[in-house]
Amino acid sequence: MTIDVIPFYLFGAIAVGASLLVIAQRSPIYSVLLLIASFGALSGLYVLLDAPFVAVIQIIVYAGAIMVLFLFVVMLLNAPHEEIEEDLAREAGPHRSASTGLKVFGVVLAVLFVVELVWALTRRGGESGAFGGASVTSVGAIGRSLFTDYAFAFEVTSVLILVAMVGAVVLAHREPVGGKAPWGEGAPRSGPPE
Amino acid sequence: MFMTPLLIAQLGLTLFVFIMLLNSAAVMVYVERKVAALLQQRMGPYLVGPKGLLQPIADVVKLMFKEELRPAAADRLLFALAPIISATAAIAAFAVVPFGAETTFFGLLDEPLRLQVADVNVAILVLFAIASMSVYGVVLAGWSSNSKYSLLGGLRSSAQMISYELSYGLALAGVLLLANSLSLSDVVDRQAGAWFHVIPRWHVFLQPIGFVVFMIAGIAETNRAPFDFPEAEQELVAGYHTEYSSMSFAMFFLAEYINMVTVSAVATDLFLGGWHGPFLPESMGWIWFLVKVGAILFFYVWMRWTLPRFRYDQLMAFGWKILLPIAVLNLIVTAAGVLYFGL
Repeated sequence: MTIDVIPFYLFGAIAVGASLLVIAQRSPIYSVLLLIASFGALSGLYVLLDAPFVAVIQIIVYAGAIMVLFLFVVMLLNAPHEEIEEDLAREAGPHRSASTGLKVFGVVLAVLFVVELVWALTRRGGESGAFGGASVTSVGAIGRSLFTDYAFAFEVTSVLILVAMVGAVVLAHREPVGGKAPWGEGAPRSGPPE
Repeated sequence: MFMTPLLIAQLGLTLFVFIMLLNSAAVMVYVERKVAALLQQRMGPYLVGPKGLLQPIADVVKLMFKEELRPAAADRLLFALAPIISATAAIAAFAVVPFGAETTFFGLLDEPLRLQVADVNVAILVLFAIASMSVYGVVLAGWSSNSKYSLLGGLRSSAQMISYELSYGLALAGVLLLANSLSLSDVVDRQAGAWFHVIPRWHVFLQPIGFVVFMIAGIAETNRAPFDFPEAEQELVAGYHTEYSSMSFAMFFLAEYINMVTVSAVATDLFLGGWHGPFLPESMGWIWFLVKVGAILFFYVWMRWTLPRFRYDQLMAFGWKILLPIAVLNLIVTAAGVLYFGL
């Protein structure tokens, strides 16, 4: 066991531990922060793999841009601390009801995710070594392979992000202003059912 | 055995940069108040020390002896963590900024040492990454205080920083295309010399629009007037740090001024030729660097006391509908220029 292994296990432990805590948290703000910690640890792993560019991009895109948006949304949806507890208590209670629209949406997302996962694992499984040594550090090489060899995966991922964005819009409009939701019957309600 | 002279010099340099950054915040507090007084035909601080020069020290002492207050309903952990994130991110960002040519410290070292804490080959992206991390300090401070003013300040700040980070990054990208490198020291080295022996080869002459976009976005990133929405006094008391007092308040202040210094230093490195300038030998280049950074900082303070604050919707409209398209156009034109003329 060489000394290089120690940072690997350290970052790995942080990444796994923080990810587990993300789903164990009751407060969404802490979940977001733990997810950031997990991304930071992943970025450290990339540095250990001699890929500083990927490491920094990981921080900028995930820990920086995307998680700030997460935090923003979490803060905007249930801003004061007390309401978070109330929300959780209400949701855990016997009156809990996710509407059909939300359920269908969730199932569709889950199926998409599983399909993508299986596809990615089977298709690219044998080629994990395709990126040879030094080329990972070169921004040019990364850009070229992203837009040629991996163009399809790249585009599919962007569609997945679009789906997530639509989902976010649907979730954010939880409380319609004019009484009836603009998208009809499947409109989710915030209060307990009559 | 492993304490080579080079390592000692590197550690000394790191410590020096750290202390100078802390000092720069104190100096900036004084400069800010003096320039404000100048612009408003007042005296400014003049009682403590000659010409009020010891005022920052008096301020720090006062802050240290103040009581540390925390709202009863605040989130304890995050409330304590927020100022630490802000200050750490601000100080860490300067690590990748080069501020002088390679030097051997008058022959003390065997091999030359670059005046930069860490010469990373993706320096510009590291800078960008740390800048995006510093948002969390402000946002968490706003949320954890459990106060309406703080929360609004934090929300505004996250919206503002997300909006202006895009233009900031695109303005950087123009320079990256010209320099064909992500290393800040490479970018600076490329700006040595002069065209026709008169005009210095600074990127500001090749990227005037990029420079303006960078400066505007930089002011917004550091939450300075006329973009100081997170802490708009008339609307939000003191914005995200309303509930903070004593040293945790001082840390936010420290972070704000260090961020200003960093943005000015980066603007100098990217657009104004870094330590390159006429009349002085390469080894004295850091003097040019200080002069340029000082000029930009003065401009910052000048802006603050000259321009009124935007309205919030104006800020968002300006960022997304004017600044971002200009930055994108600038990037496209630059890319075309590099491709066809090989600038």
